[in-house]
Amino acid sequence: MMSIALPIPPAAPALGLWQRLGVTLYRHPGLQLGLLLGLPLLWFLVVYIGSLATLLVQSFFTFDDFTMEVSRELTLANYQQLLQPANFDVVLRTLSMASAVTLASAVLAFPLAYYMVRYARGWKKGFFYVAVMLPMWASYIVKVYAWTVLLAKDGIVYWAYQHLGLGGVVDWLMTIPLLGGNSLTTSHLGRFAVFTYIWLPFMILPIQAALERVPLGLMQASSDLGASGAQTFRHVILPLAFPGVVAGSIFTFSLTLGDYIIPQIIGPSGLFIGSMVYTMQGSIGNMPLAAAFTVVPVVIIALYLTGARKLGAFDAL
Amino acid sequence: MHSDQDRAPLWLRLLAYGGIGFLFLPIAVIIIYAFNAESAGYSFPPKGFTLSWFGAAFARNDVLQAIGLSLQLAALATVLAVLLGTLAAAAMYRRDFFGKNAITMMLILPIALPGIITGIALLSAFRLADIPSGFWTIAIGHATFCVVVIYNNVIARFRRMSYSLVEASQDLGADMFQTFRYVVLPQIATALLAGGMLAFALSFDEIIVTTFTAGNEVTLPIWMLNQLTRPRDVPITNVVAMTVMLITALPILGAYYLTRGTEDIAGSGK
Repeated sequence: MMSIALPIPPAAPALGLWQRLGVTLYRHPGLQLGLLLGLPLLWFLVVYIGSLATLLVQSFFTFDDFTMEVSRELTLANYQQLLQPANFDVVLRTLSMASAVTLASAVLAFPLAYYMVRYARGWKKGFFYVAVMLPMWASYIVKVYAWTVLLAKDGIVYWAYQHLGLGGVVDWLMTIPLLGGNSLTTSHLGRFAVFTYIWLPFMILPIQAALERVPLGLMQASSDLGASGAQTFRHVILPLAFPGVVAGSIFTFSLTLGDYIIPQIIGPSGLFIGSMVYTMQGSIGNMPLAAAFTVVPVVIIALYLTGARKLGAFDAL
Repeated sequence: MHSDQDRAPLWLRLLAYGGIGFLFLPIAVIIIYAFNAESAGYSFPPKGFTLSWFGAAFARNDVLQAIGLSLQLAALATVLAVLLGTLAAAAMYRRDFFGKNAITMMLILPIALPGIITGIALLSAFRLADIPSGFWTIAIGHATFCVVVIYNNVIARFRRMSYSLVEASQDLGADMFQTFRYVVLPQIATALLAGGMLAFALSFDEIIVTTFTAGNEVTLPIWMLNQLTRPRDVPITNVVAMTVMLITALPILGAYYLTRGTEDIAGSGK
């Protein structure tokens, strides 16, 4: 029998500075957290929360209409101005557009999302996902530009309805007060179409995510028990997917509410909240009123989010 | 909700493919008109095929400068966002602490609130602090709303990573940097790259926040907007529109292929 000479364990090597620091951090999770979170937290508190606070404070500053200058005297006058009929109209116009766009996106998105989840298999599943994601991420300004090309006089849409013999129908649509305008590019209908197009993908993906979680068995059970397709949709699919619709509506609603580029480029004159804010701070230099105006969408969205939370929309995100 | 036997009714297929067609119609328009021979106006069908506007567009100094500026901004914003987003994700993924939800909310807020609010808030703060608008004010704004993209991608990956790997590395004598370089980084590399590409695309074509923080700088989207409000060079704009589309689409597709099915990679699970 041989005796095995066990190597004598060497003394633990002295730890280098960075190793010791690593050990210290491992033993003090609070310190580790502080070091990791410090920089991002500082950035967001200073740059972002700081800016929002500045904006809120400025909404109480005084704007002198004669000298066109802002003084730091605190006042509620800017909020009172919001309630003037002309300004209230702006809020109302924006809200009705946001609601119409949200409704239309939901109607367009649902069948597409349903098809993606229920019937698209294999490569088709990837295809549909990319086909929704790519237009969603594609440049906003390029998409808006593309629509001015589409709706232009002698453009594609014009060409299509002339060839389909729908010229009369379109001319008639353009005479209806809340839909029409002088031409497609300056009509309410055109603006509505562009808004719906731009925010539609933001509705499709949350509905798709919600539908993914609906078990197929529930639908089969529903039809086994004698429900028609419409009944299954109304009483089984829609209630289960509804949080997804609400989640999507948060995006379509909030994004329409704050947009100022589409109203400026497509559709008739008439300001939106966004364009109001932009003109107030820009050419007029009335930052206090602009700041007060931005509080409107924030309050509306906060109310909307509270409602959405109650409907369970955040589980579908 | 899966089944493989049944086939969709015709009306549903029409609605689904019609929806995709609707989503791609403007994209197709941009591609067609970039090659349109017509020098003003948007008449359809196109007047003829030409490549000459590409040469004309890329010979223009204002276009080249706008492209250069937007690329630099997107690169800087991405670097800042990768740094801040990764730090935040590393801090948040393993631990619950007081105010955690508030911090998550704060990271999401810049893209959840309409861009106009972020834009005007930054502008009012820069004015109050007497910071002149320019390259750095745009970059600060872009970095702020890009952080959440990196954060979401990286924290999802961290959650699938086993922390015992980090502990083992430290037990075996690696220092902090070695552990990060050889253990953590290989695990999160594709998530970082995917997040970085999305952040780059997001910054490259951002317009709403940018118009407030840009001062006299003209980024590529601002150049487009100027052409939209005062159309002068229709064929040049068509070419630039397609260029913007391509520069943003490629990173997005890349990010999709990088993060697709990553949950199945052997050994990366807990």
